[in-house]
Amino acid sequence: MRTIVNSLRQLSASLRMLLIFTVILGVGYPLLITAIAQVPGLKNRADGSLVKVAGNVVGSKLIGQSFTDANGNPLTQYFQSRPSAAGTGYDPTASSASNLGPESIVDTLPDPAVKSDTGKQSLLTQVCSRSVAIGQLEGVDGSRPFCTPDGVGAVLAVFWSGPGYHGTVTRVVSINQAAPAKPFISTYKGVAVQVGKFGEDYAKGQVVPIRGNAPAHPAVPADAVTASGSGLDPEISSAYARLQEARVAKVRGISVAQVDALVAKFSKGRDLGFLGQPRVNVLQLNIALDKVYPYSKK
Amino acid sequence: MTDTWAGIIFLGTLILALALVHKPLGDYMARVLTSKRHLAVERGVYKAGGIDSEADQTWGSYLRAVLAFSGVSVVFLYIFLRVQQHFWPPYAVPQMSHSQAFNTAASFVTNTNWQSYSGENALGYVVQMAGLAVQNFVSAAVGIAVAIALVRGFTRNRTDRLGNFWVDLTRICLRILLPISIVFAIIFVGSGMIQNFHHYATIHTITGGTQTLPGGPFASQEVIKELGTNGGGPFNANSAHPWENPTVWTNWLEIFLLLCISFSLPRTFGKLVGDKRQGRAIVAVMASLAILSVALMLIVQTMHHGTVPTAVGASTEGTEQRFGVPDSAVFATGTTLTSTGAVNSFHDSYTSLGGAMTLLNMMLGEVAPGGTGSGLYGILILAVLTVFVAGLMVGRTPEYLGKKLGGREVKFASLYLLTTPALVLVGTAVAMALPGERASMLNSGPHGLSEVLYAFTSAANNNGSAFAGISVNTVFFNTVLGIVMLLGRFLPIVFVLALAGSLARQKPVPASDGTLPTHRLLFVGMLTGVTLIVVALTYFPALALGPLAEGLH
Repeated sequence: MRTIVNSLRQLSASLRMLLIFTVILGVGYPLLITAIAQVPGLKNRADGSLVKVAGNVVGSKLIGQSFTDANGNPLTQYFQSRPSAAGTGYDPTASSASNLGPESIVDTLPDPAVKSDTGKQSLLTQVCSRSVAIGQLEGVDGSRPFCTPDGVGAVLAVFWSGPGYHGTVTRVVSINQAAPAKPFISTYKGVAVQVGKFGEDYAKGQVVPIRGNAPAHPAVPADAVTASGSGLDPEISSAYARLQEARVAKVRGISVAQVDALVAKFSKGRDLGFLGQPRVNVLQLNIALDKVYPYSKK
Repeated sequence: MTDTWAGIIFLGTLILALALVHKPLGDYMARVLTSKRHLAVERGVYKAGGIDSEADQTWGSYLRAVLAFSGVSVVFLYIFLRVQQHFWPPYAVPQMSHSQAFNTAASFVTNTNWQSYSGENALGYVVQMAGLAVQNFVSAAVGIAVAIALVRGFTRNRTDRLGNFWVDLTRICLRILLPISIVFAIIFVGSGMIQNFHHYATIHTITGGTQTLPGGPFASQEVIKELGTNGGGPFNANSAHPWENPTVWTNWLEIFLLLCISFSLPRTFGKLVGDKRQGRAIVAVMASLAILSVALMLIVQTMHHGTVPTAVGASTEGTEQRFGVPDSAVFATGTTLTSTGAVNSFHDSYTSLGGAMTLLNMMLGEVAPGGTGSGLYGILILAVLTVFVAGLMVGRTPEYLGKKLGGREVKFASLYLLTTPALVLVGTAVAMALPGERASMLNSGPHGLSEVLYAFTSAANNNGSAFAGISVNTVFFNTVLGIVMLLGRFLPIVFVLALAGSLARQKPVPASDGTLPTHRLLFVGMLTGVTLIVVALTYFPALALGPLAEGLH
């Protein structure tokens, strides 16, 4: 009986203490900080660093956006943000990274009979296809190591006559390419390379990514082909900004030097010389472009 | 300046800052935890809570208070999460399922902050600040309280009393965690972290599209998320989210905050046992392991080995442009060496050896420097084991800080050390044996095994970070991981407090020629070695099948 009374007393003290802490730490503390955040200078930041154009909020300077049309194609008059895994792209209600691993290199091919099926792209193929697309858009070489010219992961499934990948090679399939694509190499170890087919099982083959002869430092920068951790990265690298200058200048009918001057204005180096990385804020840059060099559709 | 050099200076300034606060913060915590005086507000708390603040508790009574408080917290948070949709809504939130509410409650009470939900869709502002953030404070304080009770086991003699849990808890919250949080929360608001109660607002962008922007009182939560080595962020992307970590210097501050208490507690320990050299030896072990780990992480992440990183030309997948690869690698090391689990970049997309480093860091038992409090008691347990092993080598009765380590003490230490590996390895094996659960993996092959192994390692060590590809919002994972978190937190606490009780009862043995000096370099080396060997022997087979197989194929 005494132990029950003691336990009940213990539990009631616990509950009371928890409620007291809830009031102090869970209500008092955040409300105090919120009250302090109403001070001019802090308020705008506490509200999300919102950016206005002609009195309307058009975004937050800290939250990235897509600069694409309704179909997801890049709007060429704007600088483009990094790829995003947040929802359908830059969705702040679904912040997320891709979470695909460094050896995510084998795709699931789409079913040709189902029109809407896009299969499941590996991280490697995502990187390769973005690189090719950006290369075309900006007029540079979009090739990368381990990528096919048509922009998928250059990966072979190699089948051997013996177990444990021994003996002779019997069959080689470029598993991320589907007909009507041409295999990115015609033969491997003397065997003709086939392209992959939806529904075929390549699990018995040895997965061999092929490096190819693309430069180790591709023309399309790393940040342009990889998704950020938040999916809401507001910034791009200086290299990616420079790559886009010529295209934006051409579409807007201004000189590259004019664009470059604006890019410089929204560029940041490393803070204090060593914190973080040099970067360019895309939303602020695009707003400034519209303001200084308005774009009119021809 | 190259990226690598900037990264090295970034790390160097952090180490310097931690070294600078080590002494003042450690001394301050020692004063707070030994002071005879109660503040007026604390007396008010004790009165309202019906607490006898002068009572000195036995280890059993201290333990019962820890368990009662934590148990009540789990139930309270579970109910709060189940009824959150009725609270004053900044926006409509759904009701959380039974299994997810249990998982989340267990997760925040155990200082794990594993999240099987994504904050921006699943939680309202009220439950974030008055439910989860409160546990961010008190779960960290429970860790420190238990560590201090263990230290009292060494300092007290011929008594069965270890102090008063309620007084420890209250003082740690109100005198240590809250003041630091207030200062940094204001700085964080100034950096651009949000602190508002806005509805989700849909805005029209300059391209003619729309974007929905959330709100929330989150700068105040962000501080204690790091300071209390909690790690559960209000947004799914955690400290990668620009509103949780807007600038490169908040990134530096967040790493600093999540390390500062754990790296200062050895000073508190040294001060309390009356021999600061003992504290220095402990912090030396923590620092050597941490520096070794962060150096390896920086090397593998900047070398960016592996198919996709080679194709990209850098391991930038899952990292933010403002932070870059080196600063992200430092964060990843800090968060997995403590029990934080906050992430500013996504470990699933790290190079395979970088991913292995994050796993290895957690498997070290998080003692370099570990979670708030749990890091100190974890390494003291390893120190007990080291002294015992050394005693076996030279054939003397092992003594640590004037206390004999007999069969009883070593049994408690061994039970402590066996708990987590048992939970991790058995849990992973069960999950991999069930076909339905294997389907939760996002990646296939060795990387898929790493995802499951990471989940159980993270839960059992109360870390809370994830190889986030795995879908863990299933009844199986929510329930099993919730149980693993509770056992991984409270079983070790039982053994720590039992050990403390047994130490406090002894009368001190004077040091003799045969006593192993535990403040010398020799001991630092031995403790480091024991820590590494225990981990290597326990986890190597599992690591070999996961990240090592992936990285070395």
